[in-house]
Amino acid sequence: MTDPYVRIRDLGVTFTGGAKPVRAVGGVSLDIREGEAVALIGESGSGKSVTMRAIMRLNPEKRSRIEGSIHVGGHDVMKLGARRLARFRGAEVAMIFQEPLLALDPVYTLGAQITESIRRHEPVSRAEARARALQLFERVRIPSPERRLDSYPHEMSGGMRQRAMIALALACRPKLLLADEPTTALDATVQIQVLLLLRELQRDLGLSIIFVTHDIGAAVEVADRIAVMYAGRIVEEASARDLMRAPRHPYTIGLLKSRAHGAMVKGARLDTIPGAPPDLANLPAGCAFAPRCFLAADSCRRDDPPPLVALDGGRTARCLRVEHTHPDAIGTPAH
Amino acid sequence: MVDATQTATAPLDPVAAPVRSEGYWRSVWRRLRRDKVAMTAGGVLLFILSLAVFAPWIAPQDPLHGTMLMRLRPIGTEGHILGTDELGRDMLSRLIWGGRLSLLMGVTPVIFAFFIGSAIGITAGYAGGIVNTLIMRTVDVFYAFPSVLLAVALSGALGAGLGNALLSLTVVFIPPIARVAESVTTRLRSSDFIEAARASGASALTIVRVHVLGNVLGPIFVYATSLIAVSMILASGLSFLGLGVRPPNPEWGLMLNTLRTAIYVQPWVAALPGMMIFAVSISFNLLSDGLRSAMEVRA
Amino acid sequence: MSPPDTSRADSARPLNGAGEALLTVRGLKKYFPIRGGILNRAVKRVHAVDDVDLEVMRGETLGVVGESGCGKSTTARLLMELIEPDEGELIFDGCKVGSRELPLKEYRRQVQMVFQDSYSSLNPRLTIEDSIAFGAQVHGTPKREALARTHDLLARVGLDPARFAGRYPHELSGGQRQRVNIARALALRPRVIILDEAVSALDKSVEAQVLNLLTDLKAEFGLTYVFISHDLNVVRFVSDRVLVMYLGKVVELGEAERVYTHPQHPYTAALLSSMPSMDPDHRTEEPPLAGDPPNPIDPPTGCRFHTRCPSIRPFCATREPPLADVERDHAVACHARVPASGYHDDAAAVPDPEKITA
Repeated sequence: MTDPYVRIRDLGVTFTGGAKPVRAVGGVSLDIREGEAVALIGESGSGKSVTMRAIMRLNPEKRSRIEGSIHVGGHDVMKLGARRLARFRGAEVAMIFQEPLLALDPVYTLGAQITESIRRHEPVSRAEARARALQLFERVRIPSPERRLDSYPHEMSGGMRQRAMIALALACRPKLLLADEPTTALDATVQIQVLLLLRELQRDLGLSIIFVTHDIGAAVEVADRIAVMYAGRIVEEASARDLMRAPRHPYTIGLLKSRAHGAMVKGARLDTIPGAPPDLANLPAGCAFAPRCFLAADSCRRDDPPPLVALDGGRTARCLRVEHTHPDAIGTPAH
Repeated sequence: MVDATQTATAPLDPVAAPVRSEGYWRSVWRRLRRDKVAMTAGGVLLFILSLAVFAPWIAPQDPLHGTMLMRLRPIGTEGHILGTDELGRDMLSRLIWGGRLSLLMGVTPVIFAFFIGSAIGITAGYAGGIVNTLIMRTVDVFYAFPSVLLAVALSGALGAGLGNALLSLTVVFIPPIARVAESVTTRLRSSDFIEAARASGASALTIVRVHVLGNVLGPIFVYATSLIAVSMILASGLSFLGLGVRPPNPEWGLMLNTLRTAIYVQPWVAALPGMMIFAVSISFNLLSDGLRSAMEVRA
Repeated sequence: MSPPDTSRADSARPLNGAGEALLTVRGLKKYFPIRGGILNRAVKRVHAVDDVDLEVMRGETLGVVGESGCGKSTTARLLMELIEPDEGELIFDGCKVGSRELPLKEYRRQVQMVFQDSYSSLNPRLTIEDSIAFGAQVHGTPKREALARTHDLLARVGLDPARFAGRYPHELSGGQRQRVNIARALALRPRVIILDEAVSALDKSVEAQVLNLLTDLKAEFGLTYVFISHDLNVVRFVSDRVLVMYLGKVVELGEAERVYTHPQHPYTAALLSSMPSMDPDHRTEEPPLAGDPPNPIDPPTGCRFHTRCPSIRPFCATREPPLADVERDHAVACHARVPASGYHDDAAAVPDPEKITA
């Protein structure tokens, strides 16, 4: 097997700006192959966005402490100098955000922003860059792209802005696209269009995608593999199919069960995970999920966090009692 | 974080003494106390204020009488630690006594303007619509004048004297305070908790009393504190022009004016009243800065 | 302050049978002016809610779904009388709201609202118990009594009063704050609660807890809910009937399961099939609709959906379809569903909304 395109080992991110240091990410290891789409899912404060930002070194360097290593396409991201880092961002890795209005510059037309971005990275003429911008707009399926290149971000609707931001991110032909909740703010009928667009780009351009979301449904539409995060750690990682069919970590099981879905009995109660996510500045000893876990035993509350257990089919779960969640042991949870 | 669902089954006693969080102002005080700059500024102000209050007991000499034989002595002269002014009066005593009038003229107009301006601004902000437009455009007419010009013009029209100077300074500070009050109230008015209060059937007056005042008076107060420095400088300016305090009463602005001619003879002595004005105004500014950051709730 | 009409205010009053309208809305209309130009005149208008009729039945949960700009939040605020409608009337339990029998203040005691943003809907300067007790005190309940009831309610929504009553909103988590907001809405013993995206901002594991709480409270206090959300799964789970809005208009209204399994309006069908499939082996292949919803400023003429509809006739752009019953308790505003509309005259293939779902 060849080396993975993205290789993250023991990534730790601690924010030191506040009164108490907050360990937002506590030892994340993740591999992503070329052309693979991986979703990081989790609730607010689970560390999914921080993990993704670390790949582009976007976390504030003065107020955070970062450990571990990140390699992307042969670059050692932690060791990149300022100039190499600027090249790396854009040409190797690009990012799209939840709110395009904050990521796009309001005083330039979209065409100007894209051509400027291309010309900053590559020695091409203005006309050439413009032609490429037009191609990109066609690529992301913006109707009447010629005219749209000359409009300003505020003149476009939410879905079109999101497409324009994706076009801008693709301007320098990156190989890895980081997507931070790109469809959360969109309406249902528009969300599905953008999700399908991402999938299409992955297939046609061979893009690797890391997709951060709290919405399992959106993750399933785009991702080949899903990593579930809880309190700064990946607690389960599996192919989308395996995860949805037979989740193995108690947190994933609870999360899938607690969703209101399909034709449920009226007035029925949802299975809930009791309690609330832990305070990252004050994590419990042992497994961070133990206080809310239906399977937790005394051993879960002791000592170190549970190790990552390798399971059949190349999947992993960070749980001491994972043998109790085997489909034969508890029956396949409904989905 | 607390497990909420499991507490639902806990035994309940509705009259049990609840765990009470520290009150808002107490937490502001706790944060302010950790701010070294603000506490130092507060200390300086407290010191100058107590000098002014206890002037009759503290001042070593009579501030109104001196001897021409001892005029314009330098700092460090025996019997006059801070020297003497152009009429031979003891500078230290005059500075201590001068604090009374100067602080009075700095603080009083701002206090009056705080109440009047807040009332105007909150009314405009909460009422919104045409009422807002009417009130705020009127306020803007006054706001359009440079504050120095307005103060001088009003004082001039009303005639010289302490009372008139205070009145004109009050009028000068109402528009800026009203504008700040209007903007914070307008922003607050669209909050969901105000909507929720309206949805519970409360009258406008009740909502303003319970939900608006507590949230807007703080920011307005902080802004007003920063105006005290301006007020002192304006008051000094009025005295300087002969529109405020009359000689021989000591007031820092007036002292600065009369010692102006002595700047080549005793520059350090002549600068002393200016230093006092500077110390007090910068202290008020630093204190209001500290207060503002201490009042931000979300940690 | 007029003493409340106790005979009506008493929520323990026996229900007059199900299937009876508790809140009726007729011809509700709200346009927001967009001012511009030197004279500050209204140059354009946002058609936020345009001629909406609806009934909320006693004891039901009415779900309201639609995309941003469809007017569902404006509808909530109009139902609460937080904004003045341009036209239309509200009838609550047989009395016109704002009339002598049912003054506004009394109506607001019967109908309460929970907002999306749990933080901004609580006064940051008041303790939890003061926030909850405020409404009752406005209606003349003595403070001691209001506080005692507040503590009961806190316990009821799963917050230990001894630990939470004296605290401030910023010391609580989002889920806990939303419980407080629910307790506040209950404090006036209302009969209807409008939940405007009340669980949307919560994390999924906390959302399920709050949904269960809402189910329990509804049974315990005999409440009627108007549940507004963009989350179609949640609406299906909680609602008895569902109202689908598009650009300020009601396009479909019917029994929830019926609407979800047999949508009649092409927009409803498209909206439902836009939901992520949740099945990695059967992912969505084709987006059901292209483009974004049009701007509610200057909405399309005729049927407002005609610009995105997969199967239209020329007259769809000029003639507005009325909301008409297609079966019992299921109304749709689409020419294709009205036999006499002339839609099927030109012998074209009948569009089957369920085809869009496929």
